[in-house]
Amino acid sequence: MSAGAGDVVQEALRYLNDPLVWTQPGGVLDLTGQHLLMTLAAVGIATAVALPLGAWLGHSGRGSGLVVAVSNTSRALPTLAIILLLATAGLFGNTATVIAAAIFAVPVLLAGAYDGVRGADPAARDAARGLGLSSARVLWQVEVPLAVPLVAAGVRTAVVQVVATIPLAALAGGGGLGQIVAFGMGTQRYGQVLAGGVLVAALCLVIDGVLAAAQRAVTPRPLRAVRALR
Amino acid sequence: MIGNPWFSWSWVTENSDLLATRTGQHVGLTLEAVAIAALIAVPLALLVVRRRRLAAAFVGVAAVLYTVPSLALFAILAPLLGIGRTPVLIGLVLYALLVILRQTLAGLQSVDPAVLDAARGIGYGPVQITVRVRLPAALPAVVSGLRLATVSTVALVTVGVVVGYGGLGQLMFEGFRNNFFRAEISAATLACLLLAFVLDVALWGAGRALTPWTRRRGA
Repeated sequence: MSAGAGDVVQEALRYLNDPLVWTQPGGVLDLTGQHLLMTLAAVGIATAVALPLGAWLGHSGRGSGLVVAVSNTSRALPTLAIILLLATAGLFGNTATVIAAAIFAVPVLLAGAYDGVRGADPAARDAARGLGLSSARVLWQVEVPLAVPLVAAGVRTAVVQVVATIPLAALAGGGGLGQIVAFGMGTQRYGQVLAGGVLVAALCLVIDGVLAAAQRAVTPRPLRAVRALR
Repeated sequence: MIGNPWFSWSWVTENSDLLATRTGQHVGLTLEAVAIAALIAVPLALLVVRRRRLAAAFVGVAAVLYTVPSLALFAILAPLLGIGRTPVLIGLVLYALLVILRQTLAGLQSVDPAVLDAARGIGYGPVQITVRVRLPAALPAVVSGLRLATVSTVALVTVGVVVGYGGLGQLMFEGFRNNFFRAEISAATLACLLLAFVLDVALWGAGRALTPWTRRRGA
């Protein structure tokens, strides 16, 4: 520790207090916007793939082994490796980042949709069948509404995870707030590294808070006791 | 240009020393982090389990901390503690601690109330109940917490690259900077996955050996 922790903190504060740092092209505001757009794209792709698949698997009762295997493997797979391998395949920067983040969001969403639909009250399912509803309508009108709390929890976890994954892509030339950390390390400006870390952490916490409120809002009151499982 | 294969066994054999060194770093960091985390988290869980609000507060704080991404945590710790192994280790300990604490508390709290009543009935005091009833009953949950923490730590170590100490992640990044040399990245990735698998199986086996009673019920 050559500079001393105090100096680094000073430097970080000076960095964060500089209005130009925030407003210049490629500044904090720009990078945050990029970060959020990439998050939206990654979660959008992952949702389009995982939610219908998870709901269908849960409805048909097939593939529980697959869902568990996918979510366990994804936990051990280093995100960095996927990002770097995609980059060597010619997928650089933001596209690669979005794809890698989407890949890691799929298991979370898949598990949420699968568990939600699978865990729908069997009595409700039987009653719907007894009324003569077709299989598709049982899924759409009974199981999907009952799955909302777990799906919402899955979406929240997935979004926060994507926001947390995107900074890694800065190591492979991607955009977003991770750039501040990566540039800071590259140029040995550790105050900037600290500031970047704080910004990324703050973004995650804010988004998690907003989504917690949203999750509560979309969950019907009687179902609110269901706890989010990670 | 000799080409850029997705995997090359000859690269692995030619660079076995380097792979072994990085794997050693990776294993050392993982085991040390999980061990320290377990030594803090399990006693802490035992201490707070009977105080429901305190336990809930700990789990709440843990959930908030867990939301902070690893890259951000390393980026915050490294400038303060110095670049290298220390900030990575401390970051890993924090994440592992949160996982183990949550799982252990859940296990300790899920003990059948009838069993606790029975223990009280035969004259066990609070300490004896915690050590002789709750702890054995929670062992499977502790082991699953350790497994979860270990597997995620193996993956997390690679993020240490941002602050210059990432075990096998170091190889991934070197391969990337070395003209996108895929064989090095993929070898390090496979080593990582293999390592997570081996450690997970070892802990699973240890857990089975420690809790022979769970097998009789065919769980």
